[in-house]
Amino acid sequence: MIAIYKRELKAFFSSPAGYIYIAMFVAASGFCFSMFTLLAGAESSITSYFTVELFIAAFMTPLLTMKSFSEERKQKTEQLLMTAPVTLPGMVAAKFLASYTMFGIAFLITCLNLPVSLNYLSEANLFRYNAVCALGGAVALFLVGGAFIAIGVFVSSLTENQIVSGSVTVVVLALLLLISFLNTYIGFAPLRAVFSWVSIYTRFANFSSGYFDFAALLYYISIMGVCMFLTVRVYEKRRWA
Amino acid sequence: MLKVENLVKRFGDKYAVNDISFTVEDNEIVGFLGPNGAGKTTAMNIMTGYLSYTSGSVTVDCFEILDNPTEAKKLIGYLPEQPPLYPDMTVWEYLNFVYELKSCTLNRKKHLMEICEVTKIVDVRNRVIRHLSKGYCQRVGIAQALVGNPKVIILDEPTVGLDPKQIIEIRSLIRSLGRDHSVILSNHILSEVQAVCDRIMIINKGRIVADERTEELTRLMAGTRRLSAQICGPRKEVLAAINGIEEVSYIDTPKEIPGTDAYKYLIETKDGADIRRKLFTVCAGNDWPIIGMETVGASLEDVFLNLTDNRETKKKGR
Repeated sequence: MIAIYKRELKAFFSSPAGYIYIAMFVAASGFCFSMFTLLAGAESSITSYFTVELFIAAFMTPLLTMKSFSEERKQKTEQLLMTAPVTLPGMVAAKFLASYTMFGIAFLITCLNLPVSLNYLSEANLFRYNAVCALGGAVALFLVGGAFIAIGVFVSSLTENQIVSGSVTVVVLALLLLISFLNTYIGFAPLRAVFSWVSIYTRFANFSSGYFDFAALLYYISIMGVCMFLTVRVYEKRRWA
Repeated sequence: MLKVENLVKRFGDKYAVNDISFTVEDNEIVGFLGPNGAGKTTAMNIMTGYLSYTSGSVTVDCFEILDNPTEAKKLIGYLPEQPPLYPDMTVWEYLNFVYELKSCTLNRKKHLMEICEVTKIVDVRNRVIRHLSKGYCQRVGIAQALVGNPKVIILDEPTVGLDPKQIIEIRSLIRSLGRDHSVILSNHILSEVQAVCDRIMIINKGRIVADERTEELTRLMAGTRRLSAQICGPRKEVLAAINGIEEVSYIDTPKEIPGTDAYKYLIETKDGADIRRKLFTVCAGNDWPIIGMETVGASLEDVFLNLTDNRETKKKGR
């Protein structure tokens, strides 16, 4: 398992993909951070920053995950992994963790924004900086990122075409994020309840406004668990097909 | 060493592997022979744990492949039809990755260097796999199967797509592997398998139709040896003259050779008798120059028929 993890991580840095992901993530986050806090004057709010960050993370996830299993399948290298003395859950976990590490690196770099600007801004007294909001938002975003990646890894196990894998991931993530916005158009209350329960966005909003929602944490971790379980099942099924 | 019992693999209604059983002993080289789509690759994929079986069992050194996959897979090295290579890695990085993947405990540098020497890839070990030729990719694939010194080595069409010189090299490599490993290899070319294997199993439509020592198979095939002769001269008369030779049992419809007045005659003889001298005398007497003559080995189909026929007569005899 460690061997697969190391290889995956190395592969990100032996091609431009890893660098492009980190550069784009940090640049987009930095831009939004300045827009919504430093340059927003009285309107500045760390909450809006995290909300935008959530969308950045979602739309950039495919860059990390679209290759994950699709490429192994296309190059037939999955035969090597599946005939090696490695368990399927180990293989899936290694793939997931490698992508998650990439996200973690990019995300940690963007987190440097927070304390630096806190110092600068609290002196200048420019906006209501709420350290709790920042911490809550950061923790939640880190977990949501994991959920996104687990979804992406699962989708990539379904196809050997990277483009299909990437686009389906974006669509699924967009649906999960935006599903609560449909609620304004739906008259049927139980359906509304389901939609807002499923929505990643609704749950995330609690965090960035300073409310630490354990149910949401559990929800994100469950998504990771379920997606990894399903990925293992995809491979089991293919073996038994 | 490797024991396969009543193995069945079904895809929907279709049987890809239908009730095959065999045992491969230590240091034995066994060839899987069969036309494309006969079930060779499926059988190999099952033996290595890539696919599961519908029923039956595969045991490697007392470890069942589905019950004890991790232990069983440690004892198997596998080269699939397409070598599972990562094009973005160098050969050395790749072998190191496989070494870690298989959780080997041998001295890493020494072991990998030995493998590189055996498979003759020492010179390219620092090159990126993407830039290697097909022959080298195939060798890296074999090298990968050798990592961890597994007891059983399974090679799916190891010589496909190689040039004749490379084929000879790979053959001798496989023969040397047979000294301290059990090797199973598949191919659809008879001579290829004959050249390296101690034992040959012929698979057709998911079943083993023959399982013979190579010598035995060669003996059985002798009965179907044919002669191909290119003779100038009037077709009908030549045909009649050849038919006049006592040992001739069958002549295929002659084919015209473009640009000459010669025809190609495919001649079968009773019990594989050698009629080359007689044919020469007949043609020389009529002043029909023989411009080419060769013996043609039996085709795979002939071997099938011969072997399966033999089986049936044996059964009837009992």
